[in-house]
Amino acid sequence: MSGVPDGWEVVVGLEVHAELATATKMFSGAPNRFGGNPNTHIDPVSLGLPGSLPVLNERAVELAIRVGLALNCRVQRSVFARKNYFYPDMPKDFQISQYDQPINVDGWLELPDGRRVGIERAHLEEDTGKTVHVGGGGRIHEAAYSLVDYNRAGVPLIEIVGAPDLRSADDARAYVGELRAILVAIGASDGKMEEGSMRVDCNVSVRPEGSQQLGTRCEVKNINSLRSLGRAIDYEARRQIDLIDAGEVVAQQTRHWDEDHGRTHTLRSKEEAFDYRYFPEPDLVPVDPPEAWVTEIANALPLLPGARRKRLAEAAGTTPAGAALTVERGLDDLALAAIAEGAEAARVLIHAENNLAGGAGFLTADSFAALTAMEAGGQLTATQAKTVLAELVAAGGEPTDIANRHGFEAMETSEVETIVDQVIAANPDEWTEFLGGDEKERKKKSGFFVGQVMKATGGQADGRVVNEVLEARAAD
Amino acid sequence: MTERISTDDVAHVARLARLELGPDELESFTSQLGAVLDHAADLDSLDLDGVEPTAHPLPLSNVLRPDEVGPTLDPDEVLAAAPAVEDGQFRVPPVLGEAP
Amino acid sequence: MSAVDLAASVRTGQRSARSVVEEYLEAIDAAEDRIHAFNLVMADEALEAADALDHRVASGEDPGPLAGVPVVAKDNLCTRGVPTTCGSLILQNWRPPYDATVVKRLSAAGAVLVGKTNMDEFAMGSSTENSAFGPTRNPLANDRVPGGSSGGSAAAVAAGFAPLALGSDTGGSIRQPAALCGVVGVKPTYGLVSRYGLVAFASSLDQVGPFATTVADAALLLEVVGGHDPMDSTSIPEPLPGLVGVLEDGVDGLRIGVIEELSGDGLDGIASDVQARVTAAAEALSAAGATVEPTSVPSTVYGLSAYYVIAPAEASSNLARYDGVRYGLRVDAPSTPEMNTATRTAGFGDEVKRRIMLGTYALSAGYYDAYYLKAQKVRTLIADDLRRAYQQFDLLVCPTAPTTAFPLGEKTADPMLMYLNDVCTIPSNLAGHPAMSVPFGTGDDGLPVGVQVLAPAMAEPTMFRAASVLEAAAVNGP
Repeated sequence: MSGVPDGWEVVVGLEVHAELATATKMFSGAPNRFGGNPNTHIDPVSLGLPGSLPVLNERAVELAIRVGLALNCRVQRSVFARKNYFYPDMPKDFQISQYDQPINVDGWLELPDGRRVGIERAHLEEDTGKTVHVGGGGRIHEAAYSLVDYNRAGVPLIEIVGAPDLRSADDARAYVGELRAILVAIGASDGKMEEGSMRVDCNVSVRPEGSQQLGTRCEVKNINSLRSLGRAIDYEARRQIDLIDAGEVVAQQTRHWDEDHGRTHTLRSKEEAFDYRYFPEPDLVPVDPPEAWVTEIANALPLLPGARRKRLAEAAGTTPAGAALTVERGLDDLALAAIAEGAEAARVLIHAENNLAGGAGFLTADSFAALTAMEAGGQLTATQAKTVLAELVAAGGEPTDIANRHGFEAMETSEVETIVDQVIAANPDEWTEFLGGDEKERKKKSGFFVGQVMKATGGQADGRVVNEVLEARAAD
Repeated sequence: MTERISTDDVAHVARLARLELGPDELESFTSQLGAVLDHAADLDSLDLDGVEPTAHPLPLSNVLRPDEVGPTLDPDEVLAAAPAVEDGQFRVPPVLGEAP
Repeated sequence: MSAVDLAASVRTGQRSARSVVEEYLEAIDAAEDRIHAFNLVMADEALEAADALDHRVASGEDPGPLAGVPVVAKDNLCTRGVPTTCGSLILQNWRPPYDATVVKRLSAAGAVLVGKTNMDEFAMGSSTENSAFGPTRNPLANDRVPGGSSGGSAAAVAAGFAPLALGSDTGGSIRQPAALCGVVGVKPTYGLVSRYGLVAFASSLDQVGPFATTVADAALLLEVVGGHDPMDSTSIPEPLPGLVGVLEDGVDGLRIGVIEELSGDGLDGIASDVQARVTAAAEALSAAGATVEPTSVPSTVYGLSAYYVIAPAEASSNLARYDGVRYGLRVDAPSTPEMNTATRTAGFGDEVKRRIMLGTYALSAGYYDAYYLKAQKVRTLIADDLRRAYQQFDLLVCPTAPTTAFPLGEKTADPMLMYLNDVCTIPSNLAGHPAMSVPFGTGDDGLPVGVQVLAPAMAEPTMFRAASVLEAAAVNGP
């Protein structure tokens, strides 16, 4: 994995914008819907027509409070402000956002490995429209002209500003992954980075390892996937280190991630000064969520991914990290129920991780438990179990019936022994290497022999039994 | 209060506000804005320590609307009023840079 | 004929709405060339609406409390499919795809919209000379201004072009032209009338209100357009207090204060003939049984300074959207930033540019605390001062405007001189309180003087009672 050279530390803080899963826009009844013909999800407010006035969407506030509570923030009285700047995708040439009084402050998010990342604030703001640059290969600077679609204008966003607590591209990916899982779990956002409903801006700086001082940071925008997030951080950290190594200074700037060329570059001329002239939005009144409402929202929150990982880990006797994938797939309730029915936890998690990527379908806790019991009892090989499981997912049923229908029955150990002996005889060189190899080599070769036996038995042999026989023969 | 507004200040705010001023206008606007700001200097005599700012004359809070879809505008009617359109979108000259 | 009587005659079938509308259209035809009260006369639409109304009356439907009454609306109120220019080149050909809430309520009440009235560009001005489409003239003296910014609405009512008009008042833009044209003009409590569809100048100060020839007509129009609107977050979520029903209640027992700081003695620039009428009005209220005495509301004089920071600051942001992208004027240029600049430079007049720059400056980094934040604190002081005064008094009284109507061109060269017109009207906007101007005799030049009645928030009924008393006293002579 790439990273920064020894002696350097990268410091990353992320600003994540997530579109809230409301039916309508932040300040009007125009639909909040992805796609559609351009300029069809518009009304006087989302188009910023003269005389139009914003009225705040209650659901957007509720979802913002959910986010705040899920991120352990303090939910407080908040005030909307206008951020003034000219840009054609912004219908009013100002953006309604929250400035010095955001709705959520001072929280934290726990990464799957248990580390906490600070959340400075999570505030409400409206999205802009979309600009398409025509000509010049779609690049802003070479475009002949641009086209603006305001369907997205006014869609409610929550901007989650994380503290600069992340120390690597992996950290950043883990953070965004966890944040997305939380947003999805609480129904606040669909978290789709590819549709732009979750967007990540990333502040990157570097410093010599051991230094407590923060370096000059650059903000990287236009990151459209977890993969580009990692690449962009690694690239940007390298760029900054190279600059410093060359005796140059890192300039604080906003840089654009270029996915095609795998690099960041600056777009804005340095001379252009921005002065957003924030002031309280006079067309809106403060939001001061009554305590009872916040409590009601808190009580209705589902168990969050972190708590679910801990719960499953405890039940399955593993670590939260070991339970992560099962939780991420939303299979933890099923897994817990199967374990409660007496299923062997390790087998349940292995199936959840390896064989249930597409979800559980018609699989019930009962049949899941029955399946793992058959497997543990040697009535089904791993391969057979996988086949039965696939049918359970697709159509449900009783594992025993399915196994019978396929004619699955575990091979007697004596039969396995015969075939193992045949395979050893047919592959003397490999057997010699198996006998003489160190532990690593032996493991590798046992894989070879198990594969050969499986081939010979059409997958009916139990891999575990094959290994036992191999070890017994080696000991002879 | 602060130093009297200069022609540089006025040129700067004109740029921020996307207005272009000729040399004569720059002079006359600077002197007119200066007069208004001089008048506003009478506020300096007031003791405003501990006075909360009023952004709004009404003590309202929590004005919310239900998340229900309402009527939308007819795109054809809206686009017909636009200075330039193409493919159902608003057409503008090159924008030169990204949004901040 | 008053709007109240007109509506009664149409409702009872004594007169057809068409005949009423035709009569007013004739009056417009006869004198509009001289006055220029309108940016648009909607003759065809008005006659069509009148016919539809007559049809409703004929079929026994309730045609509404303003049945057949011609009304004109300031050209910053959105009218669906009908040009709404705000007196600006930048919106010259803009037809809104929606109606302002007040326009909807007018039509639901049976009123007939006959035109869009001229105004200072984006309501910035006190004389209607800042209209991109030429000034409006005072119907009572054509060489004089009608006041502003709702000068077209005031002039239309004064000229008999319509018995009722709607205007907007951000710092006095209804009351001052009402005073200068000799009609009744009301700025309601902030939030009493919906701003949805009122093209914003300064959002925390703007309020829509009525013009009429009589206090009763103004009360009726306010009852029709006022009341909660869920489309406006700053709309007061309470029922509108009844106004028409209290007009005869008199002022016996009310305590009324005359603001010393906004009188001829307290403030340079209040003309002595204007002050004399205010004194006479105080006497009339006293004669009707009110306790009237002078009172001090010291911070009111700072209103002007605070206002000319706050209003431009909000305006600079509200007017950013006129960028040539979505509607209105575009002046082409090679890039969008240049196009924005070319469009705004060509589309806005000098006064609008002045205020945009002033407001941009007041909000910009390094000046926010010195100007905008300070002005907001002064706003608090003024509201507190008025609150204290209203612990002692039910109403306050002062002049509406410092002088009677002044000659066209007299103040256009000096913006600060023009701004001083608003000194008596601004405090009510900053506090969000209601205030109204009632004609009360004339000045030395024979032109009307308006007396301003101020009330605390939602005290319109008390304010209208006093206005009725003044109206009766003015008719009966000083």
